[in-house]
Amino acid sequence: MTQYIIRRLLQMIPITLGILTLIFSLIHLIPGDPAMQIAGEGARPEDVANVRKALGLDQPLWKQYVTYIGNLFQGDLGRSFRTNESVAKEIAARYPATMILAFGSMFVALLVAFPLGIISAIYRNSWIDNVARFFALIGVSMPSFWFGPLLIIAFAINRTWFPVSGREEGWRSLVLPSLTMGLALSAILTRMIRVSLAEELNQLYVTTAVAKGVSRFRAIFRHALKNALIPVITILALQFGSLLTGAIITEQIFSWPGLGRLLIQSITTRDYPQVQASILVIALTYIMVNFISDLLYGVVDPRIKLE
Amino acid sequence: MKTVKRLLRNFAFTAGSLLTLLLVLAALAAPLLAPHDPNLQDTARRLEAPSQSHPLGLDDLGRDVLSRIVYGARVSLRVGFSVVVLASLIGVTLGAIAGYFGGWADVIVMRICDILLSFPGILLAIALVAVLGPSLNNVILALVITAWVGYARLVRGQVLKVREMEYVTAAKAMGAKSPRVIILHVLPNVINPVIVMATLGLAGAILSEAALSFLGLGVQPPTPSWGAMLTAGRRYLGLANHLAIFPGAAIMLAVMGLNFLGDGLIDALDPKYRKLMR
Repeated sequence: MTQYIIRRLLQMIPITLGILTLIFSLIHLIPGDPAMQIAGEGARPEDVANVRKALGLDQPLWKQYVTYIGNLFQGDLGRSFRTNESVAKEIAARYPATMILAFGSMFVALLVAFPLGIISAIYRNSWIDNVARFFALIGVSMPSFWFGPLLIIAFAINRTWFPVSGREEGWRSLVLPSLTMGLALSAILTRMIRVSLAEELNQLYVTTAVAKGVSRFRAIFRHALKNALIPVITILALQFGSLLTGAIITEQIFSWPGLGRLLIQSITTRDYPQVQASILVIALTYIMVNFISDLLYGVVDPRIKLE
Repeated sequence: MKTVKRLLRNFAFTAGSLLTLLLVLAALAAPLLAPHDPNLQDTARRLEAPSQSHPLGLDDLGRDVLSRIVYGARVSLRVGFSVVVLASLIGVTLGAIAGYFGGWADVIVMRICDILLSFPGILLAIALVAVLGPSLNNVILALVITAWVGYARLVRGQVLKVREMEYVTAAKAMGAKSPRVIILHVLPNVINPVIVMATLGLAGAILSEAALSFLGLGVQPPTPSWGAMLTAGRRYLGLANHLAIFPGAAIMLAVMGLNFLGDGLIDALDPKYRKLMR
């Protein structure tokens, strides 16, 4: 197991380096003179020069790159143009809100997908199955930036059960944003659970268990479901990335004070150090989640030889 | 013929085709279908609810919502088709080269794919548009850069199998050069899953463009865009709910139609492709 972890960590190094290089080069993709674009129209030459110096754009490219990587390893993500504060400090303040939203959405998704997927698999090709499949198709087609406002109209404006926006009301503030992201994810998970469990229910060991007198309920929940969950864990990890990017949109809808909202605000104010750092943190979070899911895969299924 | 018959019997394909046809019709015949000029403002009647003269109401600048939705179909389809065509061209080419020649070509292409796939969802597209500047062409460019990877990996996987087939060996033995072998013998046998991916990719591109426009990073005013219309809709929730409801419904119907079409194609295809696309 230790060898596997080390091997996966080593495999992550070139990928991480590639991501860092891509994010580093973003500033250089700005058309024209990046410093002038960032300083804005009508900026004085000394302001443009200050921006150029602050971003290190007056240095040779290789030196900029080395400095960038070196600073990252020291936890220095740069300073915000807007607030002149450390970008890392701003991100640290916002990061928990995004994680809470992502996990809240995952909870909603699992709450809906599990019963629906299981019932759909057990009663395959029945009307329940058709309803579940239709729900899955609606779920993946419905954009969150439409569904969210619909939820606001229904449950925050017409009925004031939940707040329209913000995070001031504790768990009540989390409900509508989590539903917005969670229901879309539940559509994907429902389909996955249905397919996976249906395949397991066709396996010989399930038939054998029932023939030996095990109740159908026990055969499904004690035997088949565990094996059916294995691909679901992989999908969940992959979809966590969608949750992170989905959070960018959902945080805008509900004015949720997370990393996604910070990213969009930074783009609007052309605060490029903040933009770079926010994208970096989201991308690295995604890689770590995939890494953890690889490890979990081996733990959940002892048949997988990780060494 | 068997495939065509399977397609026509398939409800998902039929429903998807009809919805997609509606979308294409709206885009092509916008000047004929839209009852008003999409940019004509009547600020005295801004945020007006649906009425007989304006069935879907007026927006925050007094423009007819129905007309803007119809014209918005043009933007969506333009982005969708551009992204799918360019991404599939790039992806199929690089995937075929990587799969056929292997070696360093394969390593370089696949490592670039791994890096780009490490960015979840539309994060990379957001980053690219953020630096390039918001515009329709930059949205297309950003989405193409993120979308080609899927085609490359799909085609590479298929080419790895097909290149070992006897007809490919025979063609090479008869002196056919590699480009000829790839274009005439390999690619025609891997094109089916690419078509399905393109159909589903069209839905994804439309959704992504709408998302970027919603965030203010896509199409700029006054060009009608469904996503940008939803931004206004969000601002006036409670005051003019029709601004949030109708553009979103248009997006959903368009995306649902294309997803139905793609699912129908998967169901109707050869069983070996069904497993691949699921």
